[in-house]
Amino acid sequence: MTAMLNIKDLRAYYGQVQALHGLSFSLNEGSLTTLLGANGAGKTTTLRAICNMVRSTGAIEFEGKPLSGKSTENVVRLGIAHVPQGRGTFTTMTVEENLQLGAITRSDSKNIVSDIERMYAHFPVLKERHTQQAGTLSGGEQQMLAVARALMLRPRLMLLDEPSFGLAPLIVRELFRILGKINREDKVTILVVEQNAQLALELADQAYVIETGRIVMSGNAKEIATNEDVRKSYLGY
Amino acid sequence: MELFTNQVLAGIATGAIYACMALAVVMIYQAIDHLNFAQGEMAMFSTFISWQLMQWGIPYWWAFLATLIISFVGGIAIERLLFKPLAKAPVLTNVAGFIALFAIVNSVAGLIWDFTIKQYPSPFGSAPFLGSQLISTHQAGMIGVTLLLLVALYFFFQFTRIGLAMRAAASLPESARLVGINTSWMIALGWGMASAIGAIAGILIAPVVFLEPNMMGGVLIYGFAAAVLGGLTSPLGAVLGGFLVGIFENLAGTYIPGVGNELKLPIALALIITVLVVKPAGLLGRPIVKRV
Repeated sequence: MTAMLNIKDLRAYYGQVQALHGLSFSLNEGSLTTLLGANGAGKTTTLRAICNMVRSTGAIEFEGKPLSGKSTENVVRLGIAHVPQGRGTFTTMTVEENLQLGAITRSDSKNIVSDIERMYAHFPVLKERHTQQAGTLSGGEQQMLAVARALMLRPRLMLLDEPSFGLAPLIVRELFRILGKINREDKVTILVVEQNAQLALELADQAYVIETGRIVMSGNAKEIATNEDVRKSYLGY
Repeated sequence: MELFTNQVLAGIATGAIYACMALAVVMIYQAIDHLNFAQGEMAMFSTFISWQLMQWGIPYWWAFLATLIISFVGGIAIERLLFKPLAKAPVLTNVAGFIALFAIVNSVAGLIWDFTIKQYPSPFGSAPFLGSQLISTHQAGMIGVTLLLLVALYFFFQFTRIGLAMRAAASLPESARLVGINTSWMIALGWGMASAIGAIAGILIAPVVFLEPNMMGGVLIYGFAAAVLGGLTSPLGAVLGGFLVGIFENLAGTYIPGVGNELKLPIALALIITVLVVKPAGLLGRPIVKRV
C-alpha cells in the first residue's frame, strides 16, 4: 500500500501561539484512520492545516503532490473533502441545495443527479427532508447532511472533524456504520478526528494519538484499543 | 383621489430606481459586509458612458447593453484593484476607500464631461401611459425594466450553479471554500453585478433628474434608506424597501404640509434612523448574530 497523504514536521500557528510542534504521520490509500486526543491537543488544527486554513510550515503531500501554498478551495478541488467542526451547514438553503453545493466543482451534471439519489439511499432521512431548510434539521440530520455534502465531491480523501460531537449515542453508531460502508464500498480514504476514542477505535483500522501538538502513539486501531496503558494515559477510559 | 393614485404610481416608478440602487448596495453588503458609498457615483459614471456612446452615434439599446458590460467589467476591476487588498482591513479603512472612490469617480466624470446639466433621452418617451394621465410611458418603462431585472436575478440566484455558489459564498465563506468555491472571485462577481445594476438605475433615472456628476447623490440616499428598510441582508427586502420609500417620499411631499421638494431628503434620512432604532434588521432581513 502506498501513502496517500504524507505529513512531515507540520507546525501550525494561531498568531504567535504555536499549536502543532512538528507533527508527522501518513495515511494509506483506502484506509480509515482516526486521530485521537484530548481537547486542545491539535486535532482540529491538523485538519485545518491540511486544507490550508491555518498558517503552517512543514510538508504535506497528497498523492505525491505538495499542498503547501494552495488555497483551501484548490486543495478541495484535488479531491479532499473536509467536514468541519460544527458541520458548516448552509442553514438558510435547502437540503438539496446543500448537496448540490457539495458538487459545485464538478461538471458532470448527469452524475450529480444520480449521486444525490445515492446520498438519499445512504441517508433516507435527507430524502424525506430534501426541500426543507437545512437549519431546521436536527443535529444528527445535519451531520448526515455534512457527510453527504462532502461525498458529493466524489472525494479521494475525506476529513471529518469530530462527527460525533453533540449527537446521541445511537445516532453516532449509525453515522459510524455508514462511514465504514463508504470507506469499504466507495473506496474513500477517511481520516476522522475524535474525542470519542472507544467508538472511533472500533471503526478505524489505523490510529494516531496526539498530545499537545505531537504524535505520541501510532499503530493498529485494535491494538491501541486493547492496550491498557495507552487507554489509561491518553484516552481516558 | 386621483392625486393620491397619481402620487402612489409616481412613487412606485421612482421607487423602482431606489430598488435598483438598494439591490446594488445589498449585493456588495452581502459579499463584504460594507456599504458602498460610491455606488451612486459608479452608476453616474456608467450613465455618462452610455451617453458618450450615444453621442458617438450608437443606438440607445446597443449603448445600454455595452454600458452594462463595461460597468460589469469595471466593477470587477474596482474590487480587484481597490477592495481585495482591503479585505482584512478595519472598517474605517474600507470606509475611507469608499469615500476616496466616491471623490475620484465624481471628479473624473466632471473632468471628462464637465458639470453642466445634460439632457438624457428616454427610449419610452414621455407620453401618457396607455392614454392615462396618471403615469408616463417612461415611468411605466422604469417599473417594467426593474421588474424584468428582478425576475432575471431571481432565476440567476435560484436556478444557476454560479448563483448558488454566490449565495453560499455570501452566507458562509468558510464552508463555501470547503466545497471548492473560490469565494474571492464570487465577491468580485458580486461587485460586477452590483455595478451593472447601478448602471441600469442611472440610465433609467437620468431622463428624470438630468445627467450631471452629482445626479445620484439623492438617489443613493434613498437607495440606502430602501436597503435599510428592507433589511441589508435581503435582496427581496431591498426591492420592497425601494418601492415603499418611493411611495412614502411622494406622499410625504404631497400631504405633509411644509415638506415639499426641499425637505424630501431629510425624510429619507429620518426613515433610516427610525428603522435602525425600531427594527434594525429591517422588514425582511435576518438579525445578524455573530459568534465572538
